Amino acid sequence: MSQPLLSIEALSAISTRDGGQPVLRDVDLTLKRGEVRGLVGESGAGKSTVAKAVLGILPSTVKLTGGWVRFEGQDLMQMKRAAFSALLGRDITLIPQDPQTALNPARSIEAQLTDGLRLKLGLSRTAARARALELMDEVQIRDPARVLAAYPHQLSGGMRQRILIAAAFAPEPKLVVADEPTTALDVTVQKEILRLIRRMQEAHGTAVIFVTHDLGVVAKICDSVTLLYAGKVIEDGPTARLLNALRHAYTRALLSAGPRYDRPDAGLEPVPEAVFAQLRAEIGLSQSNSEGPRS
Amino acid sequence: MAVSPLITRLGLALVTLFGVAVIVFCLLRVVPGDPVAMMISPSATPADIAALKARYGLDLGLGAQFMLWLGAVARGDFGTSISLRRDVLELIGERLPATLELAFAALVFGILAGGMLAIFGTLCRRTPLEPVLDFLNGLFLAVPDFVWALALVLLFGVFLPVLPISGRLDPSVPVAFATPFYLLESLARLNLAAVGDLLAHMAMPVLALGLPLAAIIVRTLKEALIEAMLQDYVLLARLKGMSPLRLVVQEALRNAVGPTLTLTGVQFTFMIGGTVIVERIFAYPGLGNMAIDAVINRDLPLIQGIVLTFGALFIAINIATDLIAALLNPRQAHG
Repeated sequence: MSQPLLSIEALSAISTRDGGQPVLRDVDLTLKRGEVRGLVGESGAGKSTVAKAVLGILPSTVKLTGGWVRFEGQDLMQMKRAAFSALLGRDITLIPQDPQTALNPARSIEAQLTDGLRLKLGLSRTAARARALELMDEVQIRDPARVLAAYPHQLSGGMRQRILIAAAFAPEPKLVVADEPTTALDVTVQKEILRLIRRMQEAHGTAVIFVTHDLGVVAKICDSVTLLYAGKVIEDGPTARLLNALRHAYTRALLSAGPRYDRPDAGLEPVPEAVFAQLRAEIGLSQSNSEGPRS
Repeated sequence: MAVSPLITRLGLALVTLFGVAVIVFCLLRVVPGDPVAMMISPSATPADIAALKARYGLDLGLGAQFMLWLGAVARGDFGTSISLRRDVLELIGERLPATLELAFAALVFGILAGGMLAIFGTLCRRTPLEPVLDFLNGLFLAVPDFVWALALVLLFGVFLPVLPISGRLDPSVPVAFATPFYLLESLARLNLAAVGDLLAHMAMPVLALGLPLAAIIVRTLKEALIEAMLQDYVLLARLKGMSPLRLVVQEALRNAVGPTLTLTGVQFTFMIGGTVIVERIFAYPGLGNMAIDAVINRDLPLIQGIVLTFGALFIAINIATDLIAALLNPRQAHG
């Protein structure tokens, strides 16, 4: 398996507002089969833009200006619309950020969990239902028959996220894009959900792009990390090496800026301005833009 | 909706109706115009006038007149029309079905046309067609029902005379109806000739009443649909390969329809108000047309009866709107 599952090369994009501000600057990213890759950065660093480019759902305010996104060697940008649509939802799926808004309040869980199986894999209603019950079991939902008949408002946030994870792994995809899937959840539920994604990923041999701003989450779940700042890759490598070596001052500052669960009274430390100044100088951002990147 | 809120609503409806009764009764006695003067010949003596006033109870004080009328109404006696010399309830019973058929036909037309155009407009988002549709929508929002009525008479009655411009049914259609619901009865009996003729007569008034409603539905529903289309569940459904039409209809529509439903209920009551002038223009024998005659003739019992009927109708529409909204809300429908 020499060919990577996904390779992003020199991907560049600008914002169509803000007078053509760059959003991505020559982003490179390679993903092996079954690899979990953290895509880390602050708001507006471009991590979501990369994820959306892979899914072909960039907002109209962002325009790609160069680079390639290759999935199993095929250039997604040059692909025919129909072929790309066939790929999405089958080989590449999404775990969305907010389980509150990602399930249709007017449709039952069964309808929403099975329509992907029916549309993408051509399963019959009964076959899709049987598969849905299996999946519910796999994501550890008790009483799956009852939950299938339920509507989203009858379920907790963690339960909804489990269903969305089940839906994302349902068609046996090769790549799951997880867009900050634990950000909207309670801290206690977060851990379970992270463990669940990792277990599902291992059981199915699925590669995962895990978009997050939390290096703590990365340490728990990711094999490797790509750290973005202002649309540029700052660090890239195996999680262990990155967290041990902490080559870049920004990575160090970012890690120490997170909350310390062992010292809850310690308060939060911001990333020092000097680190930002150094960063901006390195990637050629003008000094006047002291606000940093905007989302 | 549980039973007890419904009973509360019905109780409130009675209070509202009482308020309507008080207002219409007082208003009619404040505006100028003497019903008796409209009925008598110029040669009548003061004794004749006094006798006539006594006969209709118009010689009593205002409070006594109101109590007398309200007591009678509570027993189902709306009095006798002064100009037509017939029982008011009977007259309303003959005319209300014609208006109801017209108003519901216009409602169905407005919802279907408005709903389909809103969905079409959502599908046309970010295409060159969108500004054209929005412009036409704005134009249709600005034209009121009676202007449509006159324009339609000119268009389909004069320049291109393909539709009848007055009445409810052509006298040459040989049918005897057992109920005043001509359209429903003809449909039930599968009398297609009568259905066709009734619909031809209704076409222009339905368009005049329904087009402004359709325009408002397009504006509100399209906005709500576009908002709903931005939700994550629509994005997920799109990734699953749902067609754009199915995305709008299956994913977005049911979540977007709430505000439009409430607005349609309100607009429907306005539209029933609009039947008065539109029925007049098309000489359609409905309640609104009769209301204008009653006002011209200062026919107090008939005006009171008609206004109370309209009031009851408005309240019924509001309650029905709330019930439908509750049924469509999954939070209420599924515990």
